Amino acid sequence: MSKLIETAELAKQDATYLQALKELLFQLADDDLLIAFRGSEWLGLAPHVEEDVAYSSITQNTMGHAAMYYNLLEELGAGEADILAHGRKPEERRNGIYLEKRNGEGTYLDEPYYDWALAVVRNYFYETFKKIKLEAIATSSYKPLANVARKVLMEHPYHLAHWKLWMKQLGSSSEEAKKRIQDRINEAWAEFADVLELGSLANDMRSLNLVMIGEEEMKDKWLEEIQSVLVEIPVGPLGKKYGSGRNGEHTMDLEQALNTLAEVYNSDKTAAW
Amino acid sequence: MYNYVEDGDSKTTAYVEHDQAKYDAFMARIEAGDKIEADDWMPEDYRQALIKLISMHGISEIMGALPEKEWVPKAPTLRRKLGIMAKVQDEMGHGQLLLRVAEDLMKPYGKTRENLMEDLLNKDLKFHNVFHMPTKTWADAGMVGWLVDGAAIISQTNMLDASYGPYQRALQRICQEEVFHAQHGESIIMALAEGNDYQRDILQESLNRWWPSLLMFFGPASAETTGSSKQDIMIKYKIRKSTNEELRQAFLSKYMPRVFSLGLTVPDETIHYDENEEKWIYKQPDWEEFKQIIRGNGPRSKERLRIREIAYENNRWVRQALATEPVGV
Repeated sequence: MSKLIETAELAKQDATYLQALKELLFQLADDDLLIAFRGSEWLGLAPHVEEDVAYSSITQNTMGHAAMYYNLLEELGAGEADILAHGRKPEERRNGIYLEKRNGEGTYLDEPYYDWALAVVRNYFYETFKKIKLEAIATSSYKPLANVARKVLMEHPYHLAHWKLWMKQLGSSSEEAKKRIQDRINEAWAEFADVLELGSLANDMRSLNLVMIGEEEMKDKWLEEIQSVLVEIPVGPLGKKYGSGRNGEHTMDLEQALNTLAEVYNSDKTAAW
Repeated sequence: MYNYVEDGDSKTTAYVEHDQAKYDAFMARIEAGDKIEADDWMPEDYRQALIKLISMHGISEIMGALPEKEWVPKAPTLRRKLGIMAKVQDEMGHGQLLLRVAEDLMKPYGKTRENLMEDLLNKDLKFHNVFHMPTKTWADAGMVGWLVDGAAIISQTNMLDASYGPYQRALQRICQEEVFHAQHGESIIMALAEGNDYQRDILQESLNRWWPSLLMFFGPASAETTGSSKQDIMIKYKIRKSTNEELRQAFLSKYMPRVFSLGLTVPDETIHYDENEEKWIYKQPDWEEFKQIIRGNGPRSKERLRIREIAYENNRWVRQALATEPVGV
C-alpha cells in the first residue's frame, strides 16, 4: 500500500496497516509522554529562573505532542486518549527505556538531587532523534500523522537549539562540567539504542510508507548529527543495557513514573476531572 | 500569584542625604501621575519599599510554583496536565520578570539576584503566607488557581497604576495572565463541584483548609496586629491605592457568592454581609500564626526552602560552568 491514507476510517480497513500505524503512534506518544513527565518533575529546580521558564515551555509543548499522538490513536479505535496515557500497564508501553530513567537521586517532592548533566544529555540526544523521526513521517502515507509531524516540526527547532546550546556551553566550560557531561554521554551510549529503533514492526512501517526512511538510516543520521557536537565519542557501539522499550521491556523507573503521573487518575477512574 | 505582606523587620541600608528640592519635584511628578523610571532620582524610603515589595513579589512567584508544582506531574488528564504546566510556567515567568525589576533597583547597593536567593534561604527575604502551606489533594491545585490567584488579582490590580514604571508595566502583563490562571483554577473546581461524592469531599476539605490562609492573604488590617506595616508609605508614594482590609472586603464580595452558589461552605459560621455597615463581618484568622508563617515557621516552610536550597546548591556547578567563559555558539 503506497497510496495516501486520508482518514482513520480508511486506515482501519487494513489490519496490517492499522497494526503498524498504532505501533508507531504508541512509540511517538509514549516517548514524548515520558520525557515530558521527567521534564515536569524538574519544574522549579532548574539551574536558574530563565532556564525554568524555558525548560517548562519545552516540556509543555512536548506533552502537547504526546496528546496529539494519543488523540490519533483514539481516532483509530485504540481507546480514549486519557486512558492510553494514564491507564496502560508498563509492559504495554513503547517508549525507549532511557527516556523513563529517573532524573537523579531523590524524588521531585523530597530531596530532589537531580542531575542537570543527565537532563542536558538526555534531552539533546532525544530531540536530535525526534527531528529525524519527525522528518521521516512528515510525508508519511497516513495523512493525519504527517499533518501532526509537520506541526510538531515547526516548534521542534527551538527545542533542539536549546539543548544543543547547553551541550556546547557545558562541553566547553569548566573541567567539572565537561566530566559530568562526558560521564552522562558514556552512560547514555550504553542505554540509548532502543530509542533509535522502530521495534518488531519496523519492516511493515517502512514498506507501508508510514516512515519514509528505515531504522538503520535513522540511526546513521543520528550518529552523524551527534558526532558534530560531541567533543568525545564513546568507543564501541550503542547499547540497550536494559532491553528494548519498543518491545515492552522496561525498568522500575517506568513504574515510578506511571504511579506518579496517574496518581490522581487512579484515585477514581470513574470520575470526570 | 502574589501579595505583599507587611512585616516589621526591614533592614535599613545606605543612607542618602535628603534633598528637599529633588524630593518636592519627585512628589509633584507622582502626584501628576507621572511614572518613575529606574535611573530617575527617588527618595531612599521609596526605593527601599519598592525593593522589598518587588523582591518579595518575585520570590513569591518562584516559591509559589512549588506547592502547585507538586501536582503538575500528577494532573489527572492530558488536558489538565497541559493546563497546569502552562500555568506554573507563567508563574516562573512572572518571577523572572520581577527579579529583573528588583535587580535594577538594588544596583546602587551592589546587590544582585544571587543575594536575593541567599536572603531567601536565610529567611531574611519573606515569601507569601499561602506558599508555606501544604497541598494534599488535586483539589488544592484548583484552589490555588481559583481563590489564591483570585486574591492575587485583587491585590495586583490595586497597583496597576503604581508610580514606579517598570513595576507597573510588569503588572499589566502579570494581571492579564493571572486572569487565565483564575479561569484554569475555576475550571478544575467546577469539575470537582459537579463530580462525585469523593470529588466534592476533597473540594470542601481543601476550602476548609485554605480558608484562614485566604483571609491572611491581604495582611492584617493595621500595623498594631503585627507590629509594623508599610501600607501607609505605599499609599503615600502611590504604589498602591487601597488598604489591606479594603482588598479583603473586595475579595469577599467577589468570591463569597460564588463559593455559596457551588454549594460550598467556609469554616466560619459567623460570616455575613452587614448591610448597615456595608461590609463583610468575619472571624479574624490567627494573626499570631500569620506572623510565624511569614517568618518561615509555617507548616511547609522548611521543606519548601529545603527544596530551593537543594536546587541552588546542587546546580552550583552549572552556574560556575556558565561563568567560566563566554561561549559563542
